[in-house]
Amino acid sequence: MRAFLALLARDLALALRSGGGAGLSLAFFMVTVLLMPIGIGPDGAVLAAVAPGLIWVAALLASLLSLDRLFQADAEDGTLDILALSPLPLEAVAAGKALAHWLTTGAPLVVAAPVLAITLALPGSAYGPLIAALALGTPALSVIGTVGAALTVGVRRGGLLLSLLVLPLYIPTLIFGARAVSLAADGLAPGPALLLLGAVSLFAAALGPFAAAAALRVNLR
Amino acid sequence: MGLEGAGIAVDRGGRRVVAEVGFTLSPGEILVLRGPNGAGKSSLLRAVAGLTPLAAGRITLDGAAEVEARIERLVYAGHLDAIKPQLTVAENLAFWARLGGGDAGAALDRFGLSPIADRRAGICSAGQRRRLGLARLMLADRPLWLLDEPTVSLDAEATGLLASLLDTHAARGGMAMVATHVPLGPGPERVLTLAPPGPGSAADPFLEAWG
Repeated sequence: MRAFLALLARDLALALRSGGGAGLSLAFFMVTVLLMPIGIGPDGAVLAAVAPGLIWVAALLASLLSLDRLFQADAEDGTLDILALSPLPLEAVAAGKALAHWLTTGAPLVVAAPVLAITLALPGSAYGPLIAALALGTPALSVIGTVGAALTVGVRRGGLLLSLLVLPLYIPTLIFGARAVSLAADGLAPGPALLLLGAVSLFAAALGPFAAAAALRVNLR
Repeated sequence: MGLEGAGIAVDRGGRRVVAEVGFTLSPGEILVLRGPNGAGKSSLLRAVAGLTPLAAGRITLDGAAEVEARIERLVYAGHLDAIKPQLTVAENLAFWARLGGGDAGAALDRFGLSPIADRRAGICSAGQRRRLGLARLMLADRPLWLLDEPTVSLDAEATGLLASLLDTHAARGGMAMVATHVPLGPGPERVLTLAPPGPGSAADPFLEAWG
């Protein structure tokens, strides 16, 4: 546990220092969503109709931004070799990386989302479900992304390949996440969609670290 | 007892880079790997460290052939220093100390890094970074040291320090495998000279074709 916390603290410190890119995902998320009213026009009804999908697609893309360096930086400077030889199992390394990624990219999105909901004229009844949906769904984005990052760690400029691998796997989260928000916006109960969203995240969190560790072992050879 | 390897072969990218290598290393001995570039020194060290699987042969440490048992008793310093440029010298070492145990402060002192402990590793010189990478050896008290070109970018003083550390390690019954082109001092050392496997020793014809 001590070793796990050491890795988590180091990854958070690296993300928050210069060049870490923790603020970058949040800025990308906000700019993307804020561009939409400019492109679509100021009609509140139209914006409110597309807002749930827009916010979720932007969240997907924002979480992709910092994924490609998740393991690659460690692989390039030899840290991954030493981590593989450390008492911390690679499964725990992957889980720590995913958690650090969520804390630096997923959690800020949850906080920023209500502000963006205002600019997209989302009905007030949908604010709570939007926050709940992002809080429940973004962990899946980080964990699935960790698996993709582990698979592409040996690929030079693997960012594009990573997007192609990971985005299809984001679809369940996108469907349930956007559905929960649009149900709430229409005055219906978002509960079932939120539950399914949480189920996707739990499923990903249970399997992801093992898949990522297996991919890392293959890449270390 | 000690480290023994017999009939070792290692493949890398579908090509055989180490073939039919054997060695024995008893406690208190230092084995120096020599050979031209591409002779497979790094690959052999990575195989002993358990980072690369063996294509053939076996390696035993005190009679145990399991990789897991070996990994717990060795420390590996590759030709990369595993240093984060955004963190300070002390933070880099403190991370490894928290991960694997050991006293980071003492290791910093031993390698003369205390004066630059608060400096970002990114602005350290190549020699200072290498010393930081080697300071990791001092953290955990492991019997087997695997060093890949440890003297690269070290000055004469630091090379001497490394040689004396290796002597101390050997005197306490430790073992070390060191790939180097530089003589490491007067200590008791044995030399294993590797030669690159000849052409046509491809391990996997499919990979060879697509190589």
